[in-house]
This record gives sequence, C-alpha cells and structure tokens, in this order.
Amino acid sequence: MPKRGIIASLLTAVGLVLLLSFKTPSETVPPSGTNAALRRPAVAPTPSDATPTPGSRSATTPEPTPTPAPQTADRTVTGPVIQTRYGGVQLQVTLSNGKITDITPLELPNDLQRSAYISSVAAPLLREEALHAQNAQIDLLSGATYTSEAYAESLQAVLDQTHG
Amino acid sequence: MADPTNTACEPFRLVRVGQIMGTAISLDLRDSSVTTSAVEDVFAYLRGVDERFSPYRSDSEISRLGRGEMELAECSLDVRQVLALCDHLRLTTGGYFDARAHRSNGLLDPTGVVKGWAVEQAGWMLDAAGAGNFAINAGGDVVVRGRPEVGRRWRVGIRHPGQRDKVATVLEIGDGAVATSGNYERGSHIYQPWTGRPAADLLSLTVTGPSLTYADAYATAAFAMGSDGPAWVARQPGYGAFAVTLDHRAVWTPVAWDIRAG
Repeated sequence: MPKRGIIASLLTAVGLVLLLSFKTPSETVPPSGTNAALRRPAVAPTPSDATPTPGSRSATTPEPTPTPAPQTADRTVTGPVIQTRYGGVQLQVTLSNGKITDITPLELPNDLQRSAYISSVAAPLLREEALHAQNAQIDLLSGATYTSEAYAESLQAVLDQTHG
Repeated sequence: MADPTNTACEPFRLVRVGQIMGTAISLDLRDSSVTTSAVEDVFAYLRGVDERFSPYRSDSEISRLGRGEMELAECSLDVRQVLALCDHLRLTTGGYFDARAHRSNGLLDPTGVVKGWAVEQAGWMLDAAGAGNFAINAGGDVVVRGRPEVGRRWRVGIRHPGQRDKVATVLEIGDGAVATSGNYERGSHIYQPWTGRPAADLLSLTVTGPSLTYADAYATAAFAMGSDGPAWVARQPGYGAFAVTLDHRAVWTPVAWDIRAG
C-alpha cells in the first residue's frame, strides 16, 4: 500500500514536470517553423481552388451576395450582419483564386462610446489577424468575447459559402 | 432521422448562425442525414435558455430570482440545475470559479456557466439527432464532433492574445471542447475572488477536454489562478491547458500538448 502511494505521488510529479514551456513567436523572434499561423498545412487544401463546385453545398442562412466572376481570379463576397450587444458586424471578403486577399469591415459597432473604442482599436488589428488565421487553415477560432467573435463568425459565415 | 448507411463524411455543409446570449453562435454541420428541423430545435432551445437565464432581460428567471420575486423552487429545472452546477464548480475549483464573485458587483450571475452548459446540451441534441460530424462555436467556446472532412480533425485556432494578427496555436480535435479566457481586447473581466482585483498573471488560458461546461469553468478558474492555473488544469482528469503568459511564453499541459497541430 505505501508503495502504491509513492507511485501515485511520482505519477503526479511526472505529470507536473510534463508542463511544457515554450517561447511563443514575438516581435523579437523572427517567424520560424514553430509559428503555426505562418505555416502552411501539411495537407493541401481541398477541393481545388480552381474548380468551385457549388452544387455540392447545401443552403446556408442567410445567403451571401457574391459577385459572380467565374472566369476571373478575383471576386467579392459580402457576409451577413452579425448582431452583438454593441451593434452589428458585417464583412466583405475579396478572394483571388479561392484565397482571401482582403477583408473589409462594412459595419462595426459604433453606436455606443465603448463600442466605438472597440471598433477603432479592433478593426485594423482584427483584419490582419483574420488573414493570418486563414493562413493557418483553421475551421474554428477560440478566444474571448463579443466583437472579435462576431467578426470571426462573420468571416466564418463568408468562408462557409466560399468553399467550393 | 439518421441514415445508418451514411457513415462517411460527405462534401455536405450546413451552417447556421444565431445571435444568442450576447454573441454569435454558429453551427457547422457536415452530416446530410440530419434534418433541418433538428437544427431548428437546437437554436430554439438555445434561445429558450437565453430567455430564462439572461441577466439583461428583466423578465428572465435569473433577474426575477435576483430581485426576490421568485423562489428557487419555482424556477425551471434548467435554472436549478445550472445554479447547482455553479455551487459544484465553486467547490471543485477551490473558489476560483464563483458565479457570485467573478463580477465585481458580487451579484448572482450564472452567465459564466450558462453558455458553455447550453452549448454542450446543444451538442447532445445533435448527437441524439444522429449527427456525427459538426462544430459549434459560441463566441469562442467550441464543441466539435467527428471530422470536418475525410482524413482530418477539426482545426481550432487559439487567438494569440499578445499579437492580434496571429493565432497562438492550433489544436486538432475529433470529439471535444475548447474554451478560452483572456484579458485581451475588452480589458480585464475576470476578478480574483479573494482580492476582487483583476487576474493579471496570464494573457490567456485555453482549456480543452470532453465537456464544454467544465472546460469553460476551468478556463475561467485557472485564468484567475494565474501562473498556477495550468498545473491545476493538468490535475483535472481528461483536461489540458494552453496558456500564454505576460511575457509571451506558451505553457502546455499534456492533454493539450497531445493535440497541438503539427
């Protein structure tokens, strides 16, 4: 019985030692192979960017308003307005060969002073972040609270309808 | 109405986004076998939860309970269950998750539990409807099942709290939950129950594990614990943490480390 207790203690100690600490990339560290956001996925994205297959998609709500340009590389898709406690968020996404090249916030909360602050601070930064997040080939984004999530959801709603 | 012969992921995708509980809740369903009425039921359920629990609605059960207009015994089963869960989580987390104290005004506020709990119920509703491959994202609180497409798991990006133009890491998950607490963007909104001061040691802390209810509560509690938080999460069976410290170091515990992308 005492041996069992000792083993249990050791296992706990091992578990705690396994806490791993790494330096995350920052301004002072050039992006390297450890930067997930900049790394392309090992698996090539499917389906092919050049062959959108809208027929394989189901209906989504609400409908986007794509500017159809099947032969040209660039197209623009406007996402739905996502309501938050502080106001609406709506994005316009420009795609080139199926990849996001630009994101323009058409609507961000500014009806409240606090929201105006969040909008002015968050909008340009979130735009960059969303572009990088797209580079990371993520399906979902976990983070904290409201405006940014509405932005992410709005972006995701657009993406949901642009994937062929 | 699940079709038992349809077990493979198909290039099918149904996405719904609802504005509920002060945030956008999106459902990304990859099973064509699930009826749209099952999806409608999920959103109707979430709206019903919001009506009963929202402290921003004066006629919600929580608001009426807070004003003394309603007894606990008169409340719905859901409300009684969540309030019991709040008490349980306060004990489990050594007081670091306290539905009465994590707001600075000390008022009863189960919203820290409700969203994660309700989204977990929604996941079970979809399980019961025969869905095997879906993701729900409720303002950064995530539940996933199965696969987004053949051959890969769901890739959940964790926002980098210090560099907003990046994700800090990516977790690859089949079945499970992810919740993140952080101080970025809105200013501190999590208070240490003992001091009443904002938690300050970490920029963000993400918890992953089987239950979103617990992942969400553990993320809130462990974030309030600060630098002790990740080790505390590591002691909760089945749960793991990824944290970013004030000096931009990433701290992993085994369960989370095991599912990092790449």
